[in-house]
Formats: sequence, C-alpha cells, structure tokens
Amino acid sequence: MNDGVRAGRARSSVDQEDAVLPPPQLIDRERLEADARQLDVTWRDPGGLWGWLTTVDHKSIAKRYIITAFLMFIAGGIQAAMIRMQLALPENNLLGPDRYNQIFTTHGTTMMFLFAVPIMNAMGLYFVPLMVGARTIAFPRLNAFGYYAYLVGVVFLYVSLFLNTGPDAGWTAYVPLAGPQFSPGHRVDVWAQVVTFTEIAALAAAVNIIVTALKMRAPGMSLNRIPLFVWAQLVVSFMIVFAMPAVATASTLMLAADRAVSTHWFNPAEGGDSLLWQHVFWFFGHPEVYIIFLPGLGMVTPIVETFCRRRVFGYDALVLANITTGFFSFGLWVHHMFATPIPELGQSLFTAASMLIAIPTGIQIFCWIATMWSGRPRLTTPMLFVLGFLFTFVIGGLTGVMLASVTFDKQAHDTFFVVSHLHYVLLGGAVMPLFGAFYFWFPKVTGRLLSETLGKWNVWLFVIGVNVAFFPMHILGLNGMPRRIYTYLAETGWGPLNLLATAGAVVIVVSVVIFIVNVAVSWRGGALAGPNPWASSGLEWATTSPAPSYNFVHTPVVLGRHPLWDSVGPFPVITGLRTDRREVLVTTVFDARPDHRHKEPDASIWPFVLSLAMGVTWIGSIFTPWAVPTGFAMTLLVMLGWGWQSSRVTDVERVETEDRLVEAE
Amino acid sequence: MMRSRLALVILLAACSGRQNALDPASAQNRSITALFWAMFVVAAFIWFVVTVAFLVPAVRQRRTTREDAEPALELPAETSRRQTRLVSGATAVTVLILLVFLIYDFGVGRALATHPARALTIELVGHQWWWEVHYADPDPSKIVIDADELHVPVGQSVQIKLVSRDVIHSFWVPNLIGKRDLIPGYTSSIFFTADRPGVYRAQCAEFCGHQHAKMALDVVAHPAPEFSAWLERQRAPAADPSDSLAANGKRVFLSAACSKCHAITGVEAYGTVGPNLTHLATRRTLAAGTLPNTRGNLGGWIVDPQSIKPGARMPSNQLESRDLVALLAYLETLK
Repeated sequence: MNDGVRAGRARSSVDQEDAVLPPPQLIDRERLEADARQLDVTWRDPGGLWGWLTTVDHKSIAKRYIITAFLMFIAGGIQAAMIRMQLALPENNLLGPDRYNQIFTTHGTTMMFLFAVPIMNAMGLYFVPLMVGARTIAFPRLNAFGYYAYLVGVVFLYVSLFLNTGPDAGWTAYVPLAGPQFSPGHRVDVWAQVVTFTEIAALAAAVNIIVTALKMRAPGMSLNRIPLFVWAQLVVSFMIVFAMPAVATASTLMLAADRAVSTHWFNPAEGGDSLLWQHVFWFFGHPEVYIIFLPGLGMVTPIVETFCRRRVFGYDALVLANITTGFFSFGLWVHHMFATPIPELGQSLFTAASMLIAIPTGIQIFCWIATMWSGRPRLTTPMLFVLGFLFTFVIGGLTGVMLASVTFDKQAHDTFFVVSHLHYVLLGGAVMPLFGAFYFWFPKVTGRLLSETLGKWNVWLFVIGVNVAFFPMHILGLNGMPRRIYTYLAETGWGPLNLLATAGAVVIVVSVVIFIVNVAVSWRGGALAGPNPWASSGLEWATTSPAPSYNFVHTPVVLGRHPLWDSVGPFPVITGLRTDRREVLVTTVFDARPDHRHKEPDASIWPFVLSLAMGVTWIGSIFTPWAVPTGFAMTLLVMLGWGWQSSRVTDVERVETEDRLVEAE
Repeated sequence: MMRSRLALVILLAACSGRQNALDPASAQNRSITALFWAMFVVAAFIWFVVTVAFLVPAVRQRRTTREDAEPALELPAETSRRQTRLVSGATAVTVLILLVFLIYDFGVGRALATHPARALTIELVGHQWWWEVHYADPDPSKIVIDADELHVPVGQSVQIKLVSRDVIHSFWVPNLIGKRDLIPGYTSSIFFTADRPGVYRAQCAEFCGHQHAKMALDVVAHPAPEFSAWLERQRAPAADPSDSLAANGKRVFLSAACSKCHAITGVEAYGTVGPNLTHLATRRTLAAGTLPNTRGNLGGWIVDPQSIKPGARMPSNQLESRDLVALLAYLETLK
C-alpha cells in the first residue's frame, strides 16, 4: 500500500517536469539510429593493443576483471584439490609441510583476496551502471586503475609461488609466526603486498560503485526503487570503505614495517602486542565475509523474481536486512578470538552480536521462500543454483549460530568444523549464487545463452560435490582434527571421512570443468539471446545484448521498481545528453531527479602506467625500504601526468530546460 | 537393517574416541556436549523445515504448470497479507530460538568459569613443536619438568597455566575442555576436572609453522593416589646406569650433541632447547605424539628426525652403530 503512495509521489514529480517541458513525443527510428551511430563514434575505444591498454569502458574492464578473478578461482581450486589429495590418506607423502603450507596459504589468499572480493566487485562494476541506466561508471579511469592494480597483485603472487616464495603463514598471517623472527625470507612479505594491491583495487571499485549508485541513477529511480543487487553492492561498497583500511594498516604499515624496518608493533619482547594483529585483522576479516556473500544474496533476488515471475516479497525488509547486516558485521570480529585471553563479559557481547546477525539473514531467506510460494518457479539453471544455495547456505548459517556460542566455539574453533562452516557459507552463500548469476547474465555479456543441459549437470554436481566434500568435515572437526595440518596419524581414525571429502572435491572439479566447457562452447556457439531472454524486469535488459559501449541510446526513465514490468507500451526515456562527447546524466541522491550533465574522460594510458609505478613501489619495498620514497616520487610524477590530461577535458553543465522527456518506440 | 546398523556404527565412531569433543571425560565438557546436542537438534530441525519450504513450491510447479498457467504479476491483497504474517511469524520464532540459545550459552559459560579456589596448577609451555610441562611445587627440589605428556588426577580441579615463548599455539584436549591459545606475552589459564580415568589425545590447534601437524600431547588422567605416586617417581633424578653398555651410552650422550639441547636431572646435561629426558623411558610417545616410544623408533628418531618431522629443531645425528646401541640402552634406563 505504501508502495502505491510512494510511486504516486514520484510520478507527480515527473509530472512537474512536464509542466515546464514540451509534451512527450515519440522518437522516430531515424533519430534513434542517427543518435546510436554518433554515440558509437564517441564512446567506442580505439582498437588494437593500444586500445586494449587504454580502454576505460566499464564493461571491458569488468569483463577482464571477472575473467581474471575466475582464473583465480581455478588456481585456488587446483590448490584445494592438491590439499584434498594430500589429506585423502593418513601420513600421505604427496606434499611435504613446506610445500603444503605454501599451498594452503596461497589457496586462502587467492580465494579471499584474489577471487571472492574482486569477482563480486567486478560483477558490480559491470552491472551497476547498466541496472541504474547509466552510460558508464562514475570514475572510468579509476576503475581501469583498480583492475590493473589487482592484476599486478595476481601476477606477483603467482610468480612468487612458482619461485618457491609463496606465503606460508596462513591467509590470516598471525604474528609472531608471520613476523621477522619466525618467518625469515620474503614469503610473508609477498602476502603483505598482495593484500595491499587488492585493498587498493577494492577501494577503487567501492568508491566507483557508491557514486554510480547514488548519483548516476536514471531519472525516477528514487532510493526506494533501486534494484536489490545494486543495494547489496552499495552496502558492500560502504563496508569496503570502512573495513579495508584496517587490513591496510595491519599488513602494509605494521607487519611490513616490522619485517622491513624492524619496528616492534607485534613483538612482546619490545613492548609490542602479538594479539593486536588479530584485532586489526579480524576487524577487517569478519566484514570481509559479508563483503563476499551480500553481493551473492543480491544476485538471488533478481533470479527468484524472474523465474517465479513475481515481484520479490518484502523489498523494504530485504533492503533493511542488507543494511543491518552491514552494520552488525563490524561488531563480530572477536568471535574469531574466543580462545584468546579476552574478558568473558566482552566475549558475551560478541556472542550476542554474532547470533543477532542471523536475524537479517533469516528474514531474507523467508522473503525469497514467500516469493517462491506465491509464484511458479521455473527450474532453469540459475533457479536451481538458488535452490542449491538455500539448501547449502542454511547449513552454513546454522553452524555459524552454533559457533557464536563461546563454550561450543572453543571446541570447534580452528578445527575442520570451522573449515566446513566457512566453506558452506562461502561456497553456498556466495559461489552458488555467483554461478546462478553467470547463467543469468551471461547472455547480457556475450549475447548468447549458456547451454541448459550442461548447466543442469553443472548445478547438480556442484551442489552434491560441495556437500559430500564439506559435510564430513563437521564430524572430523568434532573428532579432533585441527585445521592447517599437512598430515595426520592413521590411529586418529580420520582417514575414511577425509577420503570421502576428497571424493566430493573430485565431483566439484568435474562440475567446474563442465562449466568451463559450457562457457567455451556457448561464447560463440550458444543460442542468440536477444535483449531480454528471461523476460526479466531490470534496466540492464532494456538494452541490446551485449550492451553497446554507451549502454543506452537514450537514458531510460523509471516509473517503478521493476521498469520492464511496470511500463506498458512505449518505454519512457529522457533526451538532451550530447552525443558528440562522453556525457552522462547526474541525478539527485534521493529522488534521482536530473541535476546536471557531466563529461566523462576518454580512453587513457595513465591508469595502466600508475598501477605499474605502484607495483614497482610496493614490490620494491620488500627488498629495500628506499623503494618507498623513490616510488612515491615516481607515483607522484605519474599522477601529475594523469591530472594534466584530464584537467583539460572535465566540465559540468547544469541540466537545461531544453532537455526533454520523450518516449521512444 | 544392514544399512541402519552401519549408520549406527559410523555414528558411534563419530561420537567416541580419545580425541573426540563428543565423548566427554570431564564435568565441563559434559555441559558443552549437552549444549552442542541441543543446538544440533534444533538446527537440524530448522534446516529440514526450510528445505521442505522451498522444495514444495519448486516440485509442485513441475507437476502442474503448463504454458498457459503463467501467473499474473500482481498478487491478491489477501495472499500478500498472509505472506506478511508468515514471514513475520518465522522471524519471531528465529528471534526466540536465538534468545534461548544465548541464555543457555551464557549459563554454560558461567558454569565453566566457576572453579574451586584451590586447584592443582600445572604450567604448560608451547614450543615449536613440542610441549614442556612443569608441575609446580613450593619446594624447588620437588618441581617436575616433563614433556609431551600431561598427567592429571581424576576428580580434582586442575589449572593449566599456558605460556609460549615463540609463536602462538593452542591447547586443546577435545574430551576434556575447549581450547585456549598460548600467546607470547600473555599468560592465560584453563580449568577442568577430569571425571574418568583414561589417556586423551591433545593436538596443537593454532597453526604454528612446519610441524603444526605433529605437535600432539597425551593427557593421562589417573585416579588421585596413582597420580601422586606417578609424580613422586618423576621427582627422582635419573639413576646411574648399572650395566656397562648403558654406562657407555651415557658417555655417548654427554660427548655427542645431545646434551647441548636436552637436560637429564642428575647428569651433567642442562640443555633447555629440547625436551627434558630424565624420564624419557616412561613416556608413551616420541616427538610430541608422533611415534610410539619403542627402541626402533627412538633409534630412527635420533639418527634421522628430519625424515619424520621435516623442519623440526632436532638435527640428524650420525652415530657409529656401536654408539647408537649404547645410547639407546642408556636412554631406556631413564625410567
């Protein structure tokens, strides 16, 4: 009921515009085609290698981002498979402790820092502008810079691993083990700097998504009409802004300084504190989990809506659940430290907070189930992935509630029970929706549908594989198996369940191989999708598949939460943006009323050069602290170059009255 | 029948053993286990209900939907009111269950935090990758220093003081009590009361480097009188070897690298890098729970520890076979 009132008010604001403007009119095909031709000339990036390095098209960058991050998923998966092979039998000799420690640390580092966060960011960088009806992202050059910074981190970690310098102190790098005394050499330095690159990339993406979602929405898309995927991305971006500086401080300033210039932040012998690391790390590390799976939950909503052909139940509740989860996630970090000497009263507080966060997550699940009951779910591959998500993620959520209990957590902490829990949450809560999203939005990116037959194999094997691989680990943990051990004695009796877990891992590998085959075959040979193959409701389906470099010929106007389901007849658009230069429409934060026109930058090589300069600085700092001042000077020069060029071309114009609201065919 | 019996066997195996959180051997762990089972049953029930709730609409549509049965986009008001009631109800139940869990957990936490004023204090020092155990006594001559084996009396509250001087380790005897970290710069304590004699296995639970996997500790719970007798025996210094082979072995021990790192009370060996060997022959295992303490294993460990625990601090010792035999004979007298 509320909804109707709000929609009415929004509509009247559009009416007010109409009072000043000439009446709406239909755009004829000729005008449409002429505009499209001109826009293509303006927005298309130059071809060739130069064009490839200088492009600032958010879709090209995000596509590279997604592909790189998926390659990292495969790399991390290969490491996972090696871990499972080693643990399949007691006292196995496949990997020695030195190699095993590098492999499990690189697995965690890759999956958390180089796969999960980047791929969720990248999905946002690709789809947020399309979903809010924008021509591009807010800061296209910053976006390109973020990707190259991330790429430098990826290359650096893997070159190091192949040079036998892979990090080996765990992805959490607890001191003093990761400190200079117990981890001499450069292995932990590599970890600390890889984290730096991903922090910078994540911050760049977060700032971009926040501004795009708040300032570049199509006219009429007031805050209460933002698609839930965009809400999730917005909340997560704010979380990144608050969480990433903590790990940046911990790894880049404190740990790296302890290791490179002998500060003693974490050295108790010199007045430092070895527990401080855990506080600062988990202040980032716990929100990190939600940074990974909130976007996953954001992907579930459009899939459920589309395949149940129902507006999602409880939009307001879902938005509030997202926001409260974001807030609460910063108040849970101590539940990773229940086994340390923390006052008991403090522990109780964190127990309560950790249980509390189950409530918003529960509400979201109830809302999706209510939506499914009111509609008729079509069991396509994306929808099956959502069902797999519900089946798997709920187990991870419930074990999470169990782990919130201090007394039980002290039994389960740092055992395979926790390994199982975190994989249930991340594979169930983030990766399954992500695969669903791949099937759902693949046609928007490539113009072709993925094969449903292969998709069904993919989803069934994945859900079965994950559960067979990880469920036994709950029992192993309770049976005393600590995590991060490279082998175990036969007398512990952990052999059979470990073998079963390895069998599950094999099933996961087969499933992912099927997905890769599906992508390889369908990229060129899949069925043509057309603009909106699923009859879905979001703005991203209002343009061609794949979307052109300028996203939309004319900026759409939004009349409700489900633009393509709400408008009957001609689709309303706004004109008046110049087509001869890269101009975008900036709208107000709350009501998305047109505010001004903004010129976005053209293609540029500077983001690439800056990321290289930064790479040299951070990587050099491992070997000599003098790399930092030298690198600063070098980076400053590059930034001058960057600023010099763009200062000539940025300008802003108020929206003028001649801009007209018109309806296209 | 066959299958259900198999399931029962697996379940029993999952819930018993000497390194198993679900097979309690202390009052403390009995209350933790009860909490676990309560949470497990409720969680399993919730999972079942949720799974049914999303599978029903998914399966129902498969049977009934035809192409023409595309539902209208808009819902009747009555339906959406019912949905609101159901979702609100489910949320309320969630809140209630969490509240009950929270109070239950606080109760268990309180019970675990209360302990008698007088407890037997044992200090445990974590090293990469073995455990050093100190049995305190006001009389310094009665202090016992042992390694890789923790002995406690049944029925008496025990305070374990946890200390580490290198990296973080974690003390965890699943059958007795949850874990507690040993953090450099901090001293913390954990209390438990074993209520059933037995040998329980503990294993370091915080990643501590190369041999984190092979850093175990046998916890032996004795009836109280047996414990006192054991402690009394440990207070005796090493006896002088009676036969010539062992006496020869003692000379080997003192002239080779051994005494640089290992101490034996009553002998000119004061090393503190490795475990104290005064009562080596009474221990159940070698190399922190890695090998059964047999003569063959001991010989193999002395000659080539790096193939058993790669990265361990103990170097390889190239001994003449005559010397090795003598050394083993001597070490076997350390009862």
